[in-house]
Amino acid sequence: MEWRDEGIILGARRHGETSVILEVMTRTHGRHLGLVRGGRSRKQQPLLQSGNRVELIWRARLDEHLGMFQVEPVALNAARLMESAVAIFGLQTVAAHLRLLPERDPHSGLFETLAIVLDHLEQPEIAAALIIRFELLILEELGFGLDLTECAITGQRTELAYVSPKSGRAVSAEAGAPWRDKLFPLPSFLQSEAREQADIAALEAAFRLTSHFFARHVYEPRGVNVPESRAAFIVAVRRFIQQASAQDVARALP
Amino acid sequence: MSKRIAGPEIERLIQLLAKVPGLGPRSARRAALHLIKKKDQLLGPLAGAMADARDKVRVCSTCGNVDTADPCMICTDPKRDAAMIIVVEDVSDLWALERAGAMNARYHVLGGVLSPLDGIGPDQLTIKQLVDRVSEGGVSEVVLAVNATVEGQTTAHYLTDQLAHMEVKITRLAHGVPVGGELDYLDEGTLAAALKSRTIF
Repeated sequence: MEWRDEGIILGARRHGETSVILEVMTRTHGRHLGLVRGGRSRKQQPLLQSGNRVELIWRARLDEHLGMFQVEPVALNAARLMESAVAIFGLQTVAAHLRLLPERDPHSGLFETLAIVLDHLEQPEIAAALIIRFELLILEELGFGLDLTECAITGQRTELAYVSPKSGRAVSAEAGAPWRDKLFPLPSFLQSEAREQADIAALEAAFRLTSHFFARHVYEPRGVNVPESRAAFIVAVRRFIQQASAQDVARALP
Repeated sequence: MSKRIAGPEIERLIQLLAKVPGLGPRSARRAALHLIKKKDQLLGPLAGAMADARDKVRVCSTCGNVDTADPCMICTDPKRDAAMIIVVEDVSDLWALERAGAMNARYHVLGGVLSPLDGIGPDQLTIKQLVDRVSEGGVSEVVLAVNATVEGQTTAHYLTDQLAHMEVKITRLAHGVPVGGELDYLDEGTLAAALKSRTIF
């Protein structure tokens, strides 16, 4: 068995004294693991860091075997991502989300989105909004997608303001008013026509929204913990935005 | 099935030696044979030294280093700067920094790095002990000497968050060109990091 594909490295686990088991999100073969012989050598270690984009050749005698990867670099992003807390916690968060998917299950849409997220991880406001969209896409791929396009009660597609914690469907401002304490607010940047940049309050509301559905449909039924990196990512984004706004205020003062 | 070539005691010695990093079954057999040939000069003293180490070696309750005393020699050395703590992943890193002899500071061994793939979270490391150590006071600088890997740097950023509310300077090792390194052979990431943290010459 042999195939070639493009992939983004999610992690590497030590295997023996010289090799590693590499975990990669590939374009057409989903999340895939494989052995890299000599993966702990000085030459290979910089290449086998999470976040790096690589060309892969996978070989095994039988399809169900772990197999061996031959790895060639395409874009070495890891060193750039290591510099910022937002970027590194963002990278660990998306990797943790991808580990919720079964191995070798193709999700080409997620691969494309992952590549976009990695390209923007150094811009915290954009990265946070992209990671929220990535989380919505993961929920959808797991079969628990939210419908934020139309009101669950009236069917209208405008003035959507809430999300039902049970159905995961949007609710309009007027129809949801009597139950607004029980509904999640729908951040405006998540509405289909929205083009504005999200502020920290909207981002945190969106993270609470996705947190609820991850806990309800994924973490609690599977008995797994929420990844630590997600909370660390939100804290890092909040800190960055607060520091940036404080600098803006300082600059505006005479 | 291969025939046994020696008694069970020798076979057991070979099996145990084969578990040592760097040794496989073949090299373990060579080492065992060498030890047996030098029974009095090497095998006896080695067995004694190993028994001594097994009885006396312990993990330092302050820094996580291994030594025969608790606290270890580094923690009790009055000549070392108690205001600086160098945080390392493993005892082997501490020994490497000591070999370099560049800093006369104290250490904190984390016992690994945050690694979701291996199921290692903050509770499996000695992060809480480090925070307690710094919060006791008397520490002005924490040097994060973790590896320049994604897991190492994730741990470094996590530690920075944990120590953020304390009045302590947090520094980390520089990333760049190693001594004897040729630019042509370095990866793009290392080169970019080296250029970014360039210094006045």
